[in-house]
Amino acid sequence: MSAILFDRIDEPGLNDIDTYERRGGYEALRKALAQPREGLLEELKASGLRGRGGAGFPLGMKASFIPGADIDKYLVCNADESEPGTFKDRELMQKNPHMLIEGMIIAAFTVDANRSFIYIRGEYVLQAEVLEQAIAQAKAAGFLGDNILGSGFSLDLVLHRGAGAYICGEETGLLDSLEGKRGNPRLKPPFPANQGLFQGPTLINNVETLATIPAIIRMGGSEYAKLGIENSAGTKLVSVSGNVQRPGNYEIELGMSSRDIIFDLAGGPDEGREVKFWFPGGSSSSVLTAADLDTTYDFDAMEKAGSMLGSGAIIVVDDSNSVVDVALTLASFYKHESCGKCTPCREGTTWTVKMLQRVQSGEATPMDLDIIASVQEQIIGNCLCVLGDAMAIPVGSLVAKFRPEFEAHIESARERNGLGITPPAASEEPVLSL
Amino acid sequence: MTEVTRFTHGSRIPGWDEPVDPTKAAAVIPDLANTPVPTELREEIQAEMAKYPVFRSALIPALHAAQRVHGWCSPEAIEQVAAVMGITPGEVAAVATFYDMFETQPVGSQAIYVCTNISCSLRGGPKILEAMRAAADGDADFNIRAFECLGACDMAPMASVNGEFVGPLTESDCAQIVADLKSGGEVLAAKQLRVRPCADQAGRVDGGQTTTSEVTQ
Repeated sequence: MSAILFDRIDEPGLNDIDTYERRGGYEALRKALAQPREGLLEELKASGLRGRGGAGFPLGMKASFIPGADIDKYLVCNADESEPGTFKDRELMQKNPHMLIEGMIIAAFTVDANRSFIYIRGEYVLQAEVLEQAIAQAKAAGFLGDNILGSGFSLDLVLHRGAGAYICGEETGLLDSLEGKRGNPRLKPPFPANQGLFQGPTLINNVETLATIPAIIRMGGSEYAKLGIENSAGTKLVSVSGNVQRPGNYEIELGMSSRDIIFDLAGGPDEGREVKFWFPGGSSSSVLTAADLDTTYDFDAMEKAGSMLGSGAIIVVDDSNSVVDVALTLASFYKHESCGKCTPCREGTTWTVKMLQRVQSGEATPMDLDIIASVQEQIIGNCLCVLGDAMAIPVGSLVAKFRPEFEAHIESARERNGLGITPPAASEEPVLSL
Repeated sequence: MTEVTRFTHGSRIPGWDEPVDPTKAAAVIPDLANTPVPTELREEIQAEMAKYPVFRSALIPALHAAQRVHGWCSPEAIEQVAAVMGITPGEVAAVATFYDMFETQPVGSQAIYVCTNISCSLRGGPKILEAMRAAADGDADFNIRAFECLGACDMAPMASVNGEFVGPLTESDCAQIVADLKSGGEVLAAKQLRVRPCADQAGRVDGGQTTTSEVTQ
């Protein structure tokens, strides 16, 4: 396997610029600065790299949307990493911060942006300290600031700490937050490439995407594209967590079998336990079951299986867990994190939690499961951002795939809590209790 | 701490049903000359403001700084941030109330965030939260909160103790954490994220020449 991002990342002192340069760091930057911008853009396009933050949008195409006009342009690195189950960027930033910084300088040079920001989630205290120090070192070495390495290109890089809000991982919510406001997503279009930070054209990408750029420049875009499979080029950091014996980040070539990732790399569930279901791309992705374990892990195969690769976070749930608990934990999270701007999301997440609580306590009827399912359908696609969808998709898929278990849970909880087993007779006036 | 009264429809916002008074003067930006602000805080906020092309971007860093000084985003802290940044306290409060890490009530100085999101809850996160609360035994100095995914599911169940990530935790670790904090020592040194090796073989110093079990031994 070819390790690009994780190659000997545990080496002590790699977060120091001397060690990074000794290992060939900032060579890609020198190479890039000697090239015309159009050539760099072509390399990025040729690499076939798709965004690693969740949406999977091709990096080269996104960069090509930035207008060439002589106006203030911005580069923003999305290091808010708050999708449950995702922790890959954390390890990258903590252990190899200069790789991200080098990638950002090349990206900024490519789109001719002179100001750049890393928006890191507020909870990542250690990683922010490491990055702050790395940025200072890069400045002192002349890789940041005015006239970088005599190229005439100048770049300012500011590390901006967030303060705890899942919604700020959504790109337009992040931009509002970076402007010192509440992190409410914006209506799109206009997309950030046209009107983003401070109304200027903004290239915004995930940590892993930007950190891959030095490797692309070093290897050449077409050489990088040979990694992985068609339409899913390159390597991907996969965060495996939940009921596995060796949870952690693994760098894989896209197109690997999901079973190999979960069992060979992460060790699978504990002895005597079986995979009940798993989230292939963070808690926002539709769940897959044990029957889908042989699906290859790449963008297209996951979409075909009815889910998504997302941020590359695999959460494995074994058969000791109740599906109702998982659904309620998820829904409660999205209810807490909904920013409240769009009604379907704000109300939909709130009512889904209330209904799932009724399921858990045994107060619900099977009809409530239909209502839960229909509420999820009414959230999807009806909001400014995908936070509502991020709850509706997994919760909807849980109810659809494990409906008998939900029904059995309602029955047993009803008996356990002494709620009786006879629903009101049909002739009685239905009591509407809110 | 007084519990805010819930109103009939469940709102905790006093005055939600009162009509707006159009004759009332607009919110005023507090005058920096008349607002006492600790010099260091003022300088830190001003330094943050200078980093951005639009000064308002410094609001979140400014609130972090003010919270560090005051312990929480008190009305006084909000007034000071507003005065230095030249915006209304309302604008500052709107942002302070949006983000989880900003405390809008007085809290203890030891911040313990226990993750109870999906990956941690699959491995006993809620039990860790209970054990942590029991270990602190109501000590007002401890601010123990159930927190959303902190991005460290590889060490689930985990907690952030004053910003230091520790895990995987057992229930007995909780008493140790509380004791470590009381004695002012390092928190669970062996279980901190900063010493955790990469799970991927390729990440090892020797590029995967040793197996996982050899490294852990």
